[in-house]
Amino acid sequence: MKFARDTWLIFQRQTQLLLRNPVWVFVGVFQPVMYLLLFAPLLKPALNAPTQAAAYKIFVPGLLVLLAIFGGLFQGFGLIAELRAGVIERSRVTPISRLALLLGRSLRDVVSLIVQAVIITLLALLFDLRVFIGDLLLAYLMLALIALMTSAVSYGVALKVKSEDALAPLMNTVAQPVLLLSGILLPLTFAPGWLQGIANWNPFSWAVDGTRALFAGDLGSDKVWQGLSITAVLAALGVYWAARQFARSVR
Amino acid sequence: MIETRGLRKSFRSRAGRETKTVDAVRGVDLDVARGEIFGFLGPNGAGKTTTLRMLATLIEPDGGEATIAGADLRKDPAEVRRRIGYVPQGGSTWDESTAREELVLHARMYGIGKADAQRRAARALDAFQLTEYADRKCKTYSGGQRRRVEIALGIIHEPKIVFLDEPTTGLDPQSRAHMWDEIRRLRGDGMTVFITTHYLDEADALCDRIAIMDNGEVVAEGTPAELKREISGDVVLVGLDLAASPQAAKALDGEPYVNKLETVDEGGLRLYVDEGATAIPQVLRRLDHAGLELRSIELHRPSLDDVFLTKTGRSLRES
Ligand SMILES: Nc1ncnc2c1ncn2[C@@H]1O[C@H](COP(=O)(O)OP(=O)(O)OP(=O)(O)O)[C@@H](O)[C@H]1O
Ligand SMILES: [Mg+2]
Repeated sequence: MKFARDTWLIFQRQTQLLLRNPVWVFVGVFQPVMYLLLFAPLLKPALNAPTQAAAYKIFVPGLLVLLAIFGGLFQGFGLIAELRAGVIERSRVTPISRLALLLGRSLRDVVSLIVQAVIITLLALLFDLRVFIGDLLLAYLMLALIALMTSAVSYGVALKVKSEDALAPLMNTVAQPVLLLSGILLPLTFAPGWLQGIANWNPFSWAVDGTRALFAGDLGSDKVWQGLSITAVLAALGVYWAARQFARSVR
Repeated sequence: MIETRGLRKSFRSRAGRETKTVDAVRGVDLDVARGEIFGFLGPNGAGKTTTLRMLATLIEPDGGEATIAGADLRKDPAEVRRRIGYVPQGGSTWDESTAREELVLHARMYGIGKADAQRRAARALDAFQLTEYADRKCKTYSGGQRRRVEIALGIIHEPKIVFLDEPTTGLDPQSRAHMWDEIRRLRGDGMTVFITTHYLDEADALCDRIAIMDNGEVVAEGTPAELKREISGDVVLVGLDLAASPQAAKALDGEPYVNKLETVDEGGLRLYVDEGATAIPQVLRRLDHAGLELRSIELHRPSLDDVFLTKTGRSLRES
């Protein structure tokens, strides 16, 4: 009860501050729309898809997972600013739950990601993408879990390194191979065997496969539950680890 | 209200490849009574902030124990948090939110309901004369206004004890005087106030009792008057040219009325005497006799700086 209340308190505050920043809101909506409008037309020939709609079924889930990963990974920067302003220290002297300090922030990130995802899906509908609502909701769950994990990890790392100068290269180094090896933008179906072998060790690759299966309406596919379980476990681990960083001394 | 025994903390810091250990706090024993303003006086790096952060549950001590408002720091930090307020040295407000929002949020972090939090915020804004700016973003405040918001944050939940880390640093003399009044008001409300400062006059004028800290240790503790009384007698400051100082020191050293003699770096002498009024004529006669010309002579009652000087061999003003 106290925990839920504390989480809600932090979530409210963070959301309020986010909405107050019009630039951020604009970028958050504008960026995915650009991807969809400017990148997607290249897809049908590139993917050898029979129709534009088929190309979207492959591309849109990838784009959404991409947004979930990056939306989360770079949240740590905001936290470093808060750390510097003394806001985190001020929170830590109150009896508020340490897990709530993390989760309130991460949930804000999850919600803003889902809003982006909904905008993109609605736009894609205009381009003849068709998805069952049940499948779509499960896909959103997958995205939420990914964003929860990456944002929690980003906050945890931010509390550890405490400086933007260290966080930026670190997050880029993590993000790049993850991105290249997950088949996010283009599926790895045609990749050589060794590349697929490596991708099997990349949890995001499983997440993308699962999300694509859902967009394809293939709810029964093993990829769905595999992707969901892997991201759920990783999200739980990420949250646990990051909440411990909030509980430990920081400065 | 606060009782600490043997509180210790070391930091390991990495400089290149070497790791160095800094003993920031090395065994601090303190007893702070209910309803007093307790001052922690010491130069930069003395370990004041580190001690406060330990008492506020922000960092774990390496050793020692403490009881704060009846709660055990090590066994029950959650309870300690409920009973104290803490205002950090480096600020604690967010640029983009307003004083009122910060106050309401902070009260709610202590589990206070929304309506009550809003009432408390309004009252605090009023008490700290912030109502006029209450709904402006914090980044638009002056340093003094912002500091007042931070202090208001620290006491919004009416803690039994509030820790204020250098509440007046960076304020102009007038704002400082206001801040002193506000801190005295907190004491009037029955709160125990623990402040750190490196201003001698502040410790002297504001604090009921002080501990002087240097290099991680408490070197003296007591009321300002007690501490100054320990330095028995008065201090006579003799202003001399740099070149004349050693000669004057030789002339005055060993005079029966001089208890202790120190040379001042920029020229001149500091004499510890029992009775300034009778010592000064004798000093003048002696220097005249030695053919030395003096620039000035002052008598002053011992200050906390003199206490610091006798305990550590350094002047607080210099360090
Ligand atoms: N997180 C840290 N890591 C490493 N060293 C630290 C850390 N915090 C403090 N120190 C060191 O511990 C010592 C005591 O620092 P502290 O901040 O307690 O001093 P202070 O008395 O508050 O000084 P000031 O008046 O400048 O605020 C200093 O030498 C400081 O460099
Ligand atoms: Mg300090």
